[in-house]
Amino acid sequence: MIAIIDYQAGNQTSVYRALVHLGIPCIITAESEEILTAERVIFPGVGAAGKAMDVIFSRGLGPVIREVVRQGTPFLGICLGSQIILDRSEENNTACLGLISGSARKFPDHVKVIPHMGWNTITVKRPHPILAHLDPRSQFYFVHSFYPEPTHVDALIAVTDYGIEFASVIGKANVVATQFHPEKSGPPGLQLLKNFSEWTGEVATC
Amino acid sequence: MDRGGGDMLSKRIIVCLDVRDGQTTKGVKFKGNVDIGDPVAMAEKYYEQGVDELVFYDITASSDKRNIMIDVVRNVAETIFIPFSVGGGIRTVNDMHDVLNAGAEKISINSAAVLKPELISRGALEFGSQCIVVGMDAKKVEITPEIPSGYEVWINGGRTPMGIDAVQWAQKSQDLGAGEICLNSIDADGTNNGYELTVTSLITDAVTIPVIASGGAGKPEHLKDVFNRAHADAALIASMVHFDHYTVGKIKNYLSSEGIAIRDIF
Repeated sequence: MIAIIDYQAGNQTSVYRALVHLGIPCIITAESEEILTAERVIFPGVGAAGKAMDVIFSRGLGPVIREVVRQGTPFLGICLGSQIILDRSEENNTACLGLISGSARKFPDHVKVIPHMGWNTITVKRPHPILAHLDPRSQFYFVHSFYPEPTHVDALIAVTDYGIEFASVIGKANVVATQFHPEKSGPPGLQLLKNFSEWTGEVATC
Repeated sequence: MDRGGGDMLSKRIIVCLDVRDGQTTKGVKFKGNVDIGDPVAMAEKYYEQGVDELVFYDITASSDKRNIMIDVVRNVAETIFIPFSVGGGIRTVNDMHDVLNAGAEKISINSAAVLKPELISRGALEFGSQCIVVGMDAKKVEITPEIPSGYEVWINGGRTPMGIDAVQWAQKSQDLGAGEICLNSIDADGTNNGYELTVTSLITDAVTIPVIASGGAGKPEHLKDVFNRAHADAALIASMVHFDHYTVGKIKNYLSSEGIAIRDIF
């Protein structure tokens, strides 16, 4: 069972529909017991970091997410979910969960069209099980104005070019996160979700 | 103008489906509107052809049939896994909520936004700018102090002139929190002679949010022109593919051969 964390915003229903389509059992929940006992956890999201963190803390989800990660449960953050797992976000200068050290940054001024909205490629820097069976030319659907910037290069899994090169997939141990929306990225996105549903949370060291 | 962002981002091909009473419909000269198929089946067909995004316009006349559209949205969301937006008949934040909740990625507002601009900011605040597409119908007019660009905003499906400058309205929409502009040229719409490049360029120069060009596409060269010469971020097509003159794949192959970044499915 995959628990999709319900924080009353974002695209949890899109992720739910994609998993149902793949035949993967899942629930949308904000119950700490269900999240803590799930085999895997997804934090989906669109919206603003400040508002999301408010909901996370007001519903007591911060400690739950930290415990999930501590106990080794495979954890996938999507879009905003790739930003709120960092220490902070420049969006509303928000303190975040700090599961991976780094911060969410705003695209620099020379990037004229914001949000970064549409289909773009990723360049893999470090192989990861959730990126298995993907053609390197595959494109994914992005929509965001801030991007994750991990402090340590070890957390960098894939990068994308949009005026600047930014981290589009990051990860550390059993935590992995995509800035793009796999649930809206057609066949390669569905493959990524399928990979996650089979991932044990281990990353081969190579 | 270089709109930045690098060359990596693919230009988007968006197929537009007009939906009336739960059926896709298309205006045909001298015949009025004819039903051309089930929107869910058509969405699936275009998804498999590699379309990047879809937009559904609800042109159902009576509001008591709104629920039919919500069912369509829900069925589409369960069938295809790319973004799609829904427009037509959305006048309140509640309407937006219903459509987004049924699985649409974005909502598109046109006349309602012109009449009630705060709808843009309220929607953006509630759901995020990325959800709010402002659709606008522009028509070439004489340049006046009121309309310095020479393009005026019309509403009600292009029937009512508003005395508002199209470029200024695009900028105001962006300031109010729109995440995207869908610019339809009334003059080009239905001609199959190509997009209106002048007004598209004026708008892409004036805003920093993505711009979808709409109206006039008849052949793949028209998409090339609107991308290369008017710097549109996305192009809307309808009859080109609805009547099987082209497939999305064929259009993309052409654009790719012309050096335009598009998305292939691997």
